[in-house]
Amino acid sequence: MDFWRVPLDAEEVIVSRGIVHFVEDRCKGCGYCIQFCPKKILQTSTRFNKKSYHPPEVTKPEECVNCHFCEIICPELAIYSVEAPGSEPGEAQQPDDAGDTCCPPVK
Amino acid sequence: MAVQAKKAPIEPKHPLDDLIRTDRMPHIWCPGCGIGTVFSSCLHAMLASGIDLDKTVMVSGIGCSGRGAGYAKVDSFHTTHGRAIPFATGMKVANPDLHMIVFSGDGDLFAIGGNHFIHAARRNIDMTVICINNLNYGMTGGQVAATTPSLARTTTTPLGNPDSPFNLPLLAYASGATYVARWTMLHTREVTDSIQTCLTRKGFSFVEVLAPCPVNYGRRNKERPLDTLKMYQDKTIIKNGANPAELGVDFKKRVVLGTFVDVERPTFTETYDKLYHKE
Ligand SMILES: Cc1ncc(C[n+]2csc(CCOP(=O)(O)OP(=O)(O)O)c2C)c(N)n1
Ligand code: SF4
Ligand code: SF4
Ligand code: SF4
Ligand SMILES: [Mg+2]
Repeated sequence: MDFWRVPLDAEEVIVSRGIVHFVEDRCKGCGYCIQFCPKKILQTSTRFNKKSYHPPEVTKPEECVNCHFCEIICPELAIYSVEAPGSEPGEAQQPDDAGDTCCPPVK
Repeated sequence: MAVQAKKAPIEPKHPLDDLIRTDRMPHIWCPGCGIGTVFSSCLHAMLASGIDLDKTVMVSGIGCSGRGAGYAKVDSFHTTHGRAIPFATGMKVANPDLHMIVFSGDGDLFAIGGNHFIHAARRNIDMTVICINNLNYGMTGGQVAATTPSLARTTTTPLGNPDSPFNLPLLAYASGATYVARWTMLHTREVTDSIQTCLTRKGFSFVEVLAPCPVNYGRRNKERPLDTLKMYQDKTIIKNGANPAELGVDFKKRVVLGTFVDVERPTFTETYDKLYHKE
């Protein structure tokens, strides 16, 4: 990434923050969300769901950018993200202070 | 009596839960099957398009893809094999206010149902046809289909497919479809945008979506589901407006994706009404 210049407005741009939710018993463990999360913050958990698959879990909740890709690639409608409170565009909030306050601990 | 039930904390629900029959979840599709992603894109597009969902009908034929209609919480029809398009045509002609979505598989739409497809396209019946192309008959155990690539292995071509597959966008274009696009299920945002365009335009619109069938096609062709998705990422190229004749599916070369046709011409209902319902 060295050769990319930093955008001039990088300081002001509000990065959206998300909270990831699971409908755990729908998951069939395909791993698509894990593989294609741009922030690489999902991993297979050691838990079993009702159908004996290992649903994913979030490793670094504060890094989710609410891009919804996990939600739209999931064939099972088993994962989705919602905007973290306080990070809606328009609310003056800098990326750095959105982090630790808005994301619940990983279940 | 005074005991108050403890209020469960309100979990937000999946944004598509209002559009699916949640009592039927989890669906029947195998782990890693791409049909679910296309189904999800289709529902996202239905929501985003703003069309009246009380006047929207999803119709499927038979096959794994054909189960789609049964999971959508709109009026839906699970029809006989290959006959999704004629059912949809009947409904549309009887009630032109309806938005018709045909959600079905490559075998259903292009083998047993191939004739219906070409004629609905020729007549420009106003409907959106979404074909989940998983290159085989998934439901019945992975037999060769009219879309199976040459030399690919299936249950009925154990040494390789001697036939050539259909180029579906070319077939749709040649038959008269007024909108033709192709994506893979990994291009889920583009699939959603394409379907949204189809839902808000007039005429026969066709979207082919390549999707893995890991259990049947994948297993026999040494492709694990994540390999297939990697291939969709590395071996495709988007060329809107590309010549439909050059859209063969060969992942050894590049598979071309994009919107290839988007033209206007009077629909069947418009012309019919002009001639027969003058008032
Ligand atoms: C009249 C009739 N002929 C044959 C069948 C058997 N059959 C069921 S599904 C299917 C093929 C489905 O293939 P496709 O449309 O590609 O769906 P997929 O399962 O791959 O999603 C066939 C041949 C049938 N159900 N009815
Ligand atoms: S919303 Fe985006 S960043 Fe957050 S977990 Fe899902 S894919 Fe990753
Ligand atoms: S994409 Fe969906 S089904 Fe696949 S592992 Fe993730 S949550 Fe589970
Ligand atoms: S058999 Fe193939 S197409 Fe059918 S649900 Fe399984 S993976 Fe999907
Ligand atoms: Mg098929």
